[in-house]
Amino acid sequence: MTFLPYAVSAWLFLVGLFGVVRSRNLIHLVVCLSVVQASTYVLLLAVGYRHGGAAPIFADVPLGSRTVDPVVATLTLTDVVVEATVVALLLALAVQAHKRFGTLDPDQLGAMRG
Amino acid sequence: MAIAPLTVAVPLLAAGALTAVAPWVNRPIAEVVALGAALAATALSIALLVQAGDGLDIYWFGGWTPRHGIALGVSFAVDSFGAGLAALVAALMVAALIVMWRYRDTDAPHFQVLMLVFLSGMLGFCLSGDLFDMFVFFELMSVAAFALAGFKVEEEAVEGSLNFAVTNTIGSFLILTGIALVYGRTGALNLAQVGGALVGGPSDGLVVVAFALLACGFLVKAAVVPFHFWLADAYAVAPTPVCLLFAGAMSELGVYAVGRLWFDAFAPALGSHADALRAVLIVAGSLTAVVGAVMCFAQDHVKRLLAFATIAYVGLFLIGLGLLTPVGLAGAAIYIVSDGLGKAGLFASVGIVQHRLRHVSEARLRGLGRDLPFTGLLFLAGALSFASLPPFGTFLGKSLIEDGLSSAGYEWVVPILVLTSVLTSAAVLRVAAGAFLGWGTAVPRRVSALDESGSEEDAPRGRTPPSMYLPALAMILGALAVGTIPGIAESVQGAAARFADGHGYAAAVLNGTTPARPGTLPYSTAGHAYAYAAVTGLGAVAMAALALFGNRGRGSAGARLADLGERALAPLRAVHSGRVGDYVAWLVSGVAALGGALALALHPI
Repeated sequence: MTFLPYAVSAWLFLVGLFGVVRSRNLIHLVVCLSVVQASTYVLLLAVGYRHGGAAPIFADVPLGSRTVDPVVATLTLTDVVVEATVVALLLALAVQAHKRFGTLDPDQLGAMRG
Repeated sequence: MAIAPLTVAVPLLAAGALTAVAPWVNRPIAEVVALGAALAATALSIALLVQAGDGLDIYWFGGWTPRHGIALGVSFAVDSFGAGLAALVAALMVAALIVMWRYRDTDAPHFQVLMLVFLSGMLGFCLSGDLFDMFVFFELMSVAAFALAGFKVEEEAVEGSLNFAVTNTIGSFLILTGIALVYGRTGALNLAQVGGALVGGPSDGLVVVAFALLACGFLVKAAVVPFHFWLADAYAVAPTPVCLLFAGAMSELGVYAVGRLWFDAFAPALGSHADALRAVLIVAGSLTAVVGAVMCFAQDHVKRLLAFATIAYVGLFLIGLGLLTPVGLAGAAIYIVSDGLGKAGLFASVGIVQHRLRHVSEARLRGLGRDLPFTGLLFLAGALSFASLPPFGTFLGKSLIEDGLSSAGYEWVVPILVLTSVLTSAAVLRVAAGAFLGWGTAVPRRVSALDESGSEEDAPRGRTPPSMYLPALAMILGALAVGTIPGIAESVQGAAARFADGHGYAAAVLNGTTPARPGTLPYSTAGHAYAYAAVTGLGAVAMAALALFGNRGRGSAGARLADLGERALAPLRAVHSGRVGDYVAWLVSGVAALGGALALALHPI
């Protein structure tokens, strides 16, 4: 058990959020959102990692041998699927925004005030 | 026995079937299929509500029941709060689909498919007893909601939907991080088992941080200040039938999730800090209520006005939940149902106004609605529901919360409840009197740049089609009926006691025992509740009259007052900038503030 993966995860979360806040381009913003999401992959996999553990495939190995936690791998896969949908939708919205406003700068959209 | 999975599966299967045959489906068929699925889901949710009764209805997928008190399988654990919320969601979906009947530019069957996916996401979220399942259903409903909010591809819709999607996605990353931390500590995802495992371990910083992240993530969906910015943008631009569901039920699901998590998973370990958590939630709820109500009163765009009213009422529900007592929970539950119906009825009435008058800007509507007295009456009834006057269910819900506040020593919050009702009700009264009676001086106020020219529907607008006014009328009457059901206060308090009993929940889920039937106290509305209602009603009329007639031109006292108010509001308006970067910055500082407060409140010293 090492501290490093948790530090990486926290770093990715924060740096991704910083990118979202500072972003001047919607495509860049969506990619920054994916960076935030990458932190959840790292965290989930770090939580389920066991030293010396094999992949959790029980076909050829004797029962009771040491594997990493299969549940977090499943959670990560579900997470990947869900967020692929979100990113696809956001990129579609970015395309529409570019068509309507002629810009990808979120600060120049500004139809919503007060 | 297997009603619970069927409730979620029916809309999902209907959505899948419609997608599969999409090229050959025309609009009427898609609408009939969607309506049929929504009606079936409503009937199943009500059956579930009856079946759950005072106890829990538990379903294990694939028959993976717990062995020796350890749950590996995935479960639905349905109590009457979950089933009741599911029934509200499904009923509102039926109303929305009927209202949608007249909307021609819905791209059939894709719009119907999105609505059905949205419905099954919300239903699954209400019924789930598993942390990760809650996340998956939450994401399902969120993604469908992002697409629905941006369905009319226009400038505002694209921007509103983008703000909605980005902020809520960050909220769901917070939830997922919280889930990873909980799983890392407990090795469990079932709520009951998480609760048991947390009691066994140390309740240290990790548990507190996990709860803070989960709570903040769900409160982003609930739109608690300062996470609320996306809501006004998204609800103002979404197609009106979709707003019925957004305002009526979606925000409330976030509040429900915080309650579910606290009582079933975290209270067993952190229960000794309930007093501190109560203070944090009530303060957050009060702030949300005040900001929402003030911004609601200051709006010109009617849908945006109702969106801010939604934020204000989420604040009240958070106060009710934050009491953490059966009385407060019961008040919040009754309030959520009747206010959800009332707000959805108001949104449906706005749909009628858009259909007939082609505007949603209050200033442009002035006097246009003189030929629509019936719609005006619907607005008036909605305003009375906001004012929580008897016999609306909102009156009962609010008086229960007031009782809870008094007995918990939070009397200072009661004026905030009254103020919220006064301002939101006055805003709706002002719109109704201006639009339907032509009252008020025509001094130009701030006019919203955002006005829908009403391109949503088909051409003939000589009279209002029954498919628009019947759902609106039914929902307003429903809001009224909730308050008149005999014995509802007692039975909902019983259900609330069950909801708050985490130990009973764990025993029922893991060991299959029947939870003890909670004793119910007889409840009668206290006299001062009527006094508060009278103050609220009079205050709302006075505020609306002041807004309509106070401004008698340049130099008058009313004009100076309006000017002063506008100057005081300027900073608040300025922070609602419409920029997604700003919203995320607010979100981060909100997580820091609320999470920090929760951590301080819950950390065992």
